[in-house]
Amino acid sequence: MRALYDEDYDEGAAPAVHFENVGVRYGMGPEVLRDLTFSIEPNSFQFLTGPSGAGKTTLLRLILLSVKPTRGLISLFGEDVSRISKDELTSVRRRMGVVFQDFRLLDHLTTYENVALPLRVQGKEESSYRAEVVELLRWVGLGDRMHMLPPVLSGGEKQRAAIARALIVRPDLLLADEPTGNVDPSLARRLLRLFIELNRLGTSVVIATHDFSLMDQLDVRRLVLGDGRLHIDE
Amino acid sequence: MNAAPQHRSKKAAAAADGQKRALPASLSRNAPLVPVDSAGGQALAAVIAILTFLAALCAGGAELVSASSAQWRSEIAREVTIQIRPNAQRSIDQDVERAVALARQASGVEQAQAFTKEESERLLEPWLGTGLDFKDLPVPRLIVIKIKQDAKPDFGPLRQALQRDVPGASLDDHALWVSRLSTMANTIIGVGIFLVALVLLAAGLAVIFATRGAMAGNREVVEVLHFVGANDDFIAREFQRRFFRLGLRGSAIGAAAALVLTLILGFVTRSWRASPAGDQLEALFGAFTISWSGYTVVILIAFLVAVIAGIVSRLTVRRFLNESG
Repeated sequence: MRALYDEDYDEGAAPAVHFENVGVRYGMGPEVLRDLTFSIEPNSFQFLTGPSGAGKTTLLRLILLSVKPTRGLISLFGEDVSRISKDELTSVRRRMGVVFQDFRLLDHLTTYENVALPLRVQGKEESSYRAEVVELLRWVGLGDRMHMLPPVLSGGEKQRAAIARALIVRPDLLLADEPTGNVDPSLARRLLRLFIELNRLGTSVVIATHDFSLMDQLDVRRLVLGDGRLHIDE
Repeated sequence: MNAAPQHRSKKAAAAADGQKRALPASLSRNAPLVPVDSAGGQALAAVIAILTFLAALCAGGAELVSASSAQWRSEIAREVTIQIRPNAQRSIDQDVERAVALARQASGVEQAQAFTKEESERLLEPWLGTGLDFKDLPVPRLIVIKIKQDAKPDFGPLRQALQRDVPGASLDDHALWVSRLSTMANTIIGVGIFLVALVLLAAGLAVIFATRGAMAGNREVVEVLHFVGANDDFIAREFQRRFFRLGLRGSAIGAAAALVLTLILGFVTRSWRASPAGDQLEALFGAFTISWSGYTVVILIAFLVAVIAGIVSRLTVRRFLNESG
């Protein structure tokens, strides 16, 4: 399988993500990530990998701006985030879709309501997105689970619901933290095809994983974290 | 989602279209995004119910005093008294007749009725007891003047005529008494309003604590809402909506309890009416029922408490989110 990244991403557009000498430390501890310098170009596809505890999730949280860097420069979609206002931060986040490792579904909302959440917070009428949400739920195999609450879903179902929630707004940048960790190999391949399809439609995709069998299915660049530093395999 | 259709065959698409047509009008339960109906939420509703109950009782009491004092004042204001003190050089009966005649000539006077000597003496019985011989006591005589409904007569000319023709007569229009009564009633009403304001303030503070607790308890929900593109104002509105409903539920219960208590007290006092205690209560508070304006005030307080709950929670959320960056 091949993604769009190697062929023809838009070289004129600002990178979706650009890090320049970024470092992060928690409290007075040592830097957990240091000297990160890389870009995620528009329409690109990459894996973020590294051993457990290497800082993959922290790096994704840096991109999501839920963790602030202790040094360095981060820009998202061409905007320097150190000067970003709260309104601009909301606009930036609306261009991103995120799949958390622990799913982060809201337990008091049904699967349908969870997947529709990004559209609901944008103030859209339910009639404008209902069919679209149902279609996506069916496609990820949750058509008959749409009225269930997350606590009664299996791990794999929760993961698919989390993926559907990230995809429903067709984001410019998709960040997925171990998106296939709780599904069987065939569904993992199916979800990967979905990410590739999304990439072909113009979304930059970053998949954090340490599943080599998943990465081996796709010849794309790998961002490898180790000892707090980033190494890029083009 | 536009990626999915490209994976479907025409047959699958047709089947999906068929299913799409079968979709119900709404699949969302319009569930609140921030769950505040926890045990803490129920406790807040109970606190708001109690505070609204107390505020409604204060407001109802103030309204009762206001209505009773207005009734007392209107009754007193419609009555003027001429007092004629005995004078050894003059015939008091002639002075009384002359004063009654002068009073009847005055404009706005509906009736002027002199108390007889016996009636005047009887007025002293509560203080001096019965069976006394008042012959040697200089008991003043009273003339009660009833003023016509809605008339506001000027008693200056009558006062001058009495000074000229009936020395020893004095006209009392009860202005001092009405003024004192007014001051007392206004003080009670003022205290009632102050207590209502205090209760509303306490309700606001309770909502602040509850909102901060709810924010801390729903930190993960708030974080997810931020990640999926909700701004602070959206989140604050969600909290406002939840706390307004919670506040409305609590305040409606509190106000309803206060109104029910008022009805029960009204019923009890009516059933006691024949007893001396009932007479005393009725003399003080009238029929112990609040008017429509009283009911309106209680309902307004309930609504105000709910509005305060909503607005305070919204402001608290905005502040909390600004503090946490």
